[in-house]
Amino acid sequence: MTDVTVAQPLPFADAPAGAVIEGTEQDVVVHPDKLVDFALYLRNEKGYDYLSSLTAVDYLGYKGRTPEDRFEIVYHLFNTKTGGEGMVMRVRLPEDKPELPSVILVWPGADLQEREVYDLFGIKFKGHPRLRRIFLWEGFHGYPMRKDWKEAYYEADHKPYKSRWPAGHFAWEEDRAPWGDNVIYPKGWDPETFVEPPPPLPKIHEPPVIAGREHVKTDRIIVNMGPQHPSTHGVFRMIVALDGETIVGLEPEVGYLHRNHEKIGERNTWLMNIPFTDRLDYLSAMSNNFGYVLAVEKLLGDKAKPPERAEYLRVIMAELTRIQNHLWTIGFLLNDLGAFFTPALYAIEERELILDLFEAVSGSRMMVNYMRFGGVKADVDDDWLKIARDLAFNRLPAKVDEFDRYLTENEIIKERTMGVGYLSPEDAIATSMSGPMLRGSGVPYDVRKARPYSVYDHFDWEIVTDDGCDVYARYLVRLGEARQSIRIVQQALDGLPGGPIMNKKPAYTFRVPKGDAYAAVEAPKGELGFYIVSDGSDNPWRYHVRAPSYINLNSLEHMSIGYKVADAIIILGAIDIVLGETDR
Amino acid sequence: MFGTGIIRGLGVTLKRTVTTFVDDIGQASRYINSIDTPAGKILQQPPEVKGLFTIQYPEEKRQLPENFRFIPMLVYEEDTGKQRCTACGICSKVCPSQCIWIVRDQTKEGKPIPRPKEFYIDASICMSCGLCAEFCPFDSIKMNHDYELAVYDRFPGLILDLEELSVPTSYYAALYPKAWEAEEEARRLKEERKRARAKKAAAAKKAAAAKKAAAAKKTSSKDE
Repeated sequence: MTDVTVAQPLPFADAPAGAVIEGTEQDVVVHPDKLVDFALYLRNEKGYDYLSSLTAVDYLGYKGRTPEDRFEIVYHLFNTKTGGEGMVMRVRLPEDKPELPSVILVWPGADLQEREVYDLFGIKFKGHPRLRRIFLWEGFHGYPMRKDWKEAYYEADHKPYKSRWPAGHFAWEEDRAPWGDNVIYPKGWDPETFVEPPPPLPKIHEPPVIAGREHVKTDRIIVNMGPQHPSTHGVFRMIVALDGETIVGLEPEVGYLHRNHEKIGERNTWLMNIPFTDRLDYLSAMSNNFGYVLAVEKLLGDKAKPPERAEYLRVIMAELTRIQNHLWTIGFLLNDLGAFFTPALYAIEERELILDLFEAVSGSRMMVNYMRFGGVKADVDDDWLKIARDLAFNRLPAKVDEFDRYLTENEIIKERTMGVGYLSPEDAIATSMSGPMLRGSGVPYDVRKARPYSVYDHFDWEIVTDDGCDVYARYLVRLGEARQSIRIVQQALDGLPGGPIMNKKPAYTFRVPKGDAYAAVEAPKGELGFYIVSDGSDNPWRYHVRAPSYINLNSLEHMSIGYKVADAIIILGAIDIVLGETDR
Repeated sequence: MFGTGIIRGLGVTLKRTVTTFVDDIGQASRYINSIDTPAGKILQQPPEVKGLFTIQYPEEKRQLPENFRFIPMLVYEEDTGKQRCTACGICSKVCPSQCIWIVRDQTKEGKPIPRPKEFYIDASICMSCGLCAEFCPFDSIKMNHDYELAVYDRFPGLILDLEELSVPTSYYAALYPKAWEAEEEARRLKEERKRARAKKAAAAKKAAAAKKAAAAKKTSSKDE
């Protein structure tokens, strides 16, 4: 055989010399030494101002890969002004020296994501100001997302396990590998003498000195808020440095709920991951299902295209999820403001009825496990549609109007939220904010409009934005989005076509073609993306979740500095995090 | 005016209270279509409910929809006592938490028999996803609606064995009236088709035999 391939011209001809190794305009491999130059070029010249997802893949043992390009860092970039499909930038790193420059100065949103990659893969980002473990504790041995790392009670690389059938005598994992024998200590390490390094103190942002009061000196105190505190919405911890009552430094600490969802995802078969996605953002499981099936359907190609009715049902469910999530968030914002639980419970009354609908069709109120590759699990009947119509046309609009009537002009809410947690549009884009956080800063960017998926282009609705850039604006955006979602649900219920709900009989095991795909949906919390890599087998090679509640924490410090400690709680409340998704 | 926000807010609470009390005069809307049982009321949670939403569990319970899923159960034929399960292992292969353990029955010579000898579900790690019931080709494993599973010990309390998991078809039919009807209909149609096919095959066989016989006769007559 003769080699007839003619060298293709490299894309980005005007890019810094030597940066591009191969690829196309949409998918480019970049030299690690020229990464920052090229990133600046992409941001400034090409308009890719939004770093959506940053993750790594370990290709140890992948067909066609050598130790020279074992690790691959994948950047998914988008343009918030024009929308569109965006581009993928890759950097390949050798096994023995996994190091590359940090892009935190180009896209500050890389901060938490680079720390996550460092924590789980051991890839060093040179120039990152606080590169330390984020989910795992400092004494953790090894990097769990690497393919050669095996966890305690390791049974096999992939499910299904052979021991379950046909000779499945029940056995405890603990009996097979008793506690103490299931751990490996690094050489010279002793659990008795090890002292975990103390958590880092937050960086102090010195407040301006007021003229005439130079002599006033106050002590700084460090306060731990969380992890066991109702205002942090779960097991989230903020290490806050206070000057009097003013916040001068804040360090978010996450990982209390970390279970390495992504490693579990690599061991599961493709289908088994669907119920696991329910457990990410457990308040809006339908959206999680939606994102994951879209990503896998992208790899499966046209043969997995769901029928029209299934697409409509998916949209109805995802939008109902958004309505109940936003009502919940507004209710709990009031809780954070000090109106203890009464408004929160009023807010989730209608959620009760929405969850009844989910339960009737999927079998569970929150862990819905509803969507399948190429369709949905169960069809709705006329009784269900009758209740859904009643909700969408009568009850939910009335509820949102009631909220609007009592809350929007409420002086306490205005006093406490207006001007609090300021985040400029430029900062919001740069720190990779998404969802109501981004739109509350006046950036009209919504994945449903920027790159429409499913049947969102069939409906008439608008992106809700507000220029307030504060907590009040985020509240208004949520309220407005609930209204728009009601509009979409109404149209979808009116236009719900007949026909099948699955494109073919579902299979419990199947192979997915080799390749990688990134699909994102506009979840209630923001852009929820799934990046999956397949090696053509029954299980994902890599399964990454771009979690909006995690990445939206990027700007928490920036937003809280200079406000009072009580404001930090509502600033966090307005980000709307769910720790199941933050910690994964 | 300063303070109107508080007054309006308190007004909301007052409105709720009054709505609930007014609603409670006569038949409360949350009790519409509720069923009285010796153990307590079963509420439908109708969508037109006004005022109070809460259900006084455990005196009152909510009517569960047919699709509700909790922990799997194994259906056996009531008239013959035969397990529907053939120990094919699909449920244990599709289970995301790998909580289903099956031992296939064998003859003395070691030949497999299509029925389970032992069947365990570790209810403490079951994630109630319902994939086992969805992919069972024999309509054998189904999701039970019984959610009151609290026990004092994890082992063996939450390790459900074959006996604890087995339920008769009548129990299943009562829990899943619509699915039961659809499955019985499908089974009847399948059997009808099978019978028709068998009849056709028999007829074809008969015709073939007659043809063969005729041909044999012809050749034999030629020979003569």
